[in-house]
Amino acid sequence: MMGFRPVTLPVRGPGDRLTALFWRRPDLLLVLLLAPPLLWLGVVYLGSLAALLLQSFYSIDEFSGLVVQEFTLKTYLELLRPSNFDILLRTVGMAAAVTLGCAVIAFPIAYYAARYARGRWKAAFYLGVMLPLWSSYLVKVYAWKLILSKEGIVTWATDAAGASAVLNAVLALPVIGGNSLSTSYIGTWIVFVYVWLPYMILPMQAALERVPQSMLEASADLGATRAQTLRRVILPLALPGVIAGSIFTFSLTLGDYIIPQIIGSSRLFIGQAVYTLQGTAGNIPLAAAFAVVPIAVMLVYLALAKRMGAFDAL
Amino acid sequence: MTDAVEFVGVSRHFGPVRAVDGVDLAIAEGSFFAMLGPSGSGKTTCLRLISGFEKPTGGQIRIFGEESGRVPPNLRNVNTVFQDYALFPHMNVRDNVAYGLMVKGVPRAVRAARAEEMLALVKLDGYGDRKPGQLSGGQRQRVALARALVNEPRVLLLDEPLGALDLKLREAMQDELKALQKRLGITFVFVTHDQGEALSMADRVAVFSDGKVAQVGTPEEVYGKPRTRFVADFVGSSNVLPPALTQRLGGPARWSSLRPESLRLTAAEGAALAGTVTALRYLGAGTRVVIDGPGAELAVLVPAGQALPATGARVGLAFDPAMLHVMDEA
Repeated sequence: MMGFRPVTLPVRGPGDRLTALFWRRPDLLLVLLLAPPLLWLGVVYLGSLAALLLQSFYSIDEFSGLVVQEFTLKTYLELLRPSNFDILLRTVGMAAAVTLGCAVIAFPIAYYAARYARGRWKAAFYLGVMLPLWSSYLVKVYAWKLILSKEGIVTWATDAAGASAVLNAVLALPVIGGNSLSTSYIGTWIVFVYVWLPYMILPMQAALERVPQSMLEASADLGATRAQTLRRVILPLALPGVIAGSIFTFSLTLGDYIIPQIIGSSRLFIGQAVYTLQGTAGNIPLAAAFAVVPIAVMLVYLALAKRMGAFDAL
Repeated sequence: MTDAVEFVGVSRHFGPVRAVDGVDLAIAEGSFFAMLGPSGSGKTTCLRLISGFEKPTGGQIRIFGEESGRVPPNLRNVNTVFQDYALFPHMNVRDNVAYGLMVKGVPRAVRAARAEEMLALVKLDGYGDRKPGQLSGGQRQRVALARALVNEPRVLLLDEPLGALDLKLREAMQDELKALQKRLGITFVFVTHDQGEALSMADRVAVFSDGKVAQVGTPEEVYGKPRTRFVADFVGSSNVLPPALTQRLGGPARWSSLRPESLRLTAAEGAALAGTVTALRYLGAGTRVVIDGPGAELAVLVPAGQALPATGARVGLAFDPAMLHVMDEA
């Protein structure tokens, strides 16, 4: 015979009481979980974004240098002035080039990690991808300045390999070339690609990992070549991951002001323009208008991606 | 006549694991061939060797007489219905079915028409615009079937084709697959762990065990005349009698099998074979009575409507001596 066993077990303490409360009122738990992030997102984040947006509709009095708190589109029109518009084109162009470069370099790495790497190799992959993120961003950028400079290791290595003619030919290219790699757009691009690459690899790898092996086999079974399987099955299914990665690389490049300042042709990018305008120039409205551009570009980019069906497989 | 598929001493080893170990097999053209076995017996690897997803580590695979072991999957005129169907989620049903034609460069209008024909064949006319996610399991399976047949393969491979379907649908699909195969005349090779499915659908069955083929034969042969203890037990859970018991029942000193439905319960007194009832398992159409007999556990299938003994009762067993099957295995 089993002894006396109660139907309802005794309450042991506050843990049981809380669990019971949340069991009876599941919505209460949801409110408690969501309140902090919503306060953060709603007040601190969206609030400051609204303040920024508001500033961009003000203008600056050219004589006194004071902000005129009246609604106007004058500041936005100023963005279209050739000198300012060049900054926008330069930044968006660089962001697009960096995203493309990251995608091309990241794909084989992510594909290997998702399809072949197992156990120890997978751990090595994560470590390899994340390790650069652990060291200071500034240190990495200055290291690259040394690597790419005229007296740096790249010049030395190309000389040693007898390929200095190739390097000189590349640097002689119009617009993207320059005196040395560290003072050219090519250099800026290389460092941007290096710094943002992990943000492309990781979402891509996650997306590729979700494509079942049987789907690739089905494609081959039906007669597709490797290239056809890549184009018709793998890429469409991995596209959400590619888009997620490109959102990172694109928006991070749009907003960065340190890399183009240290490496490149000293021509301004959006981030640098914002930095100088809000600092010494004290032109907060124009700085705000510049800051709104990346947001607008990203919204257009996402709308285009959605229209292309990038999120259909989600 | 050349066989559709022929295995000559085929092996597939994964390191120390011998998934397929020296298999010889001949699958006749136009037949419905089942590879039956428990998981890990090598049947699925054999199927993947035919489709080309596995390369043999030894032996030869011939498809219609052509040595195919080194031909990549996309160049084999063999198509597969995958266990999880592997439909492309980003394409609608029509594009899924037409995929094999699309990669071969067939013009759009032609392949759309062919896809509609294939969908009609599997009774899914009008479903072309849906996405696989909007279909039921049974419908998805039909799409997978249509997609595999659109290339008019010489051999169609089916990997546990009915595994994910519920019982009612499974039985309907069994009849349908059988009818489809008859109509198309294509060689069907399917893998299953369900002996009922293998026996009811196939013309010939190969029973796999530990990477080897234990027996190949018609369903009647495999069920009625198992060659080994494993086959007797796996195909229809037959009673396996050790040599001593076979001898007592009038046979030679060899292992033998006796189907549960061949045994009848009688009174314990005066019976040649008697034992104690240890368990009863109700199966609907009958009850499986397990008896602790002399030297072996014996199961008896008692048809519904007949009197059942109580657990612990002593019962006698009677059978037609012709039903006692002496096995090759010593």
